[in-house]
Amino acid sequence: MYKATIFVTLKESVLDPQGVAVKGTLHTMGYTEVSDVRIGKRLEVSLEAANQEEAEVAVTAMCQKLFSNPVIENFRFDLEEV
Amino acid sequence: MRFAVVVFPGSNCDMDLVHAIEDVLGEEVNPVWHHESDLSSYDAILLPGGFSYGDYLRCGSLARFSPVMDAVKKEAEAGKLILGICNGFQILTEAGLLPGALMRNDHLQFRCELEPVSVERIDSAFTKHYAEGETVQIPIAHAEGNYFCDEDTLQRLEDNGQILFRYAGKNPNGSIANIAGITNEKGNVLGMMPHPERAIVDWMGSPDGARLFTSMLAYWKENQAS
Repeated sequence: MYKATIFVTLKESVLDPQGVAVKGTLHTMGYTEVSDVRIGKRLEVSLEAANQEEAEVAVTAMCQKLFSNPVIENFRFDLEEV
Repeated sequence: MRFAVVVFPGSNCDMDLVHAIEDVLGEEVNPVWHHESDLSSYDAILLPGGFSYGDYLRCGSLARFSPVMDAVKKEAEAGKLILGICNGFQILTEAGLLPGALMRNDHLQFRCELEPVSVERIDSAFTKHYAEGETVQIPIAHAEGNYFCDEDTLQRLEDNGQILFRYAGKNPNGSIANIAGITNEKGNVLGMMPHPERAIVDWMGSPDGARLFTSMLAYWKENQAS
């Protein structure tokens, strides 16, 4: 059994209005040293696979087809045997 | 002319669309559950607004894998008219039937209001009953209608005349080039954020959406004759 921890984030070129709003609140709170906030998603996926390589191929395909939208998002993941 | 209105779990404008087709056109229209795999008996397929699968993950990202979407793709390739409104537009971009993506509104608010929308061309299957250069009133109701695509894609949309509708007043969501609705290159698949089915008679605030449906019927009749 493998566990993938996947991070999906908006591309650098894409404005993240949630991040901008959160940054504004941080500034209101006095954290004026904050220059940027980006908000993304974290997914945990458990799956069966014969080996690490097979799990990686499967998770990559899932990220490309479903978990992220390549027009606006990037993804990366950590994979561990559990 | 036979219309299918695809119903996903979480669709909520499906019956409005059914009534719009019945009231405006008086043509046959059937709600079709998203498990349907054959849409070949229909002349046009409508993907309604709403919150398919609760908008989980991304708007339209789960609906795009519903079994019915293979049939929608097949009929789109066959040249049938496909119209996605609001969540339907989001599903069409997720499915790759239209380019780009719909993101969170730049101000993060849900906007529900009548919107001035310019009709960019009137020689399309969806706009032949509008007047050249006309600005119409059609309501929007969404939090994720901020159309985005890369610069090359935008240039292609402009060059091919794929932008059918633009917001004519203040941009309500931050969409690139004020885009409110686009077609595929062939022109038979339209996705739009404004809701024409919510503007079919005066008491709704505007009757301007009705002509989108009459345009589709006129286009279909012309192509039947040829």
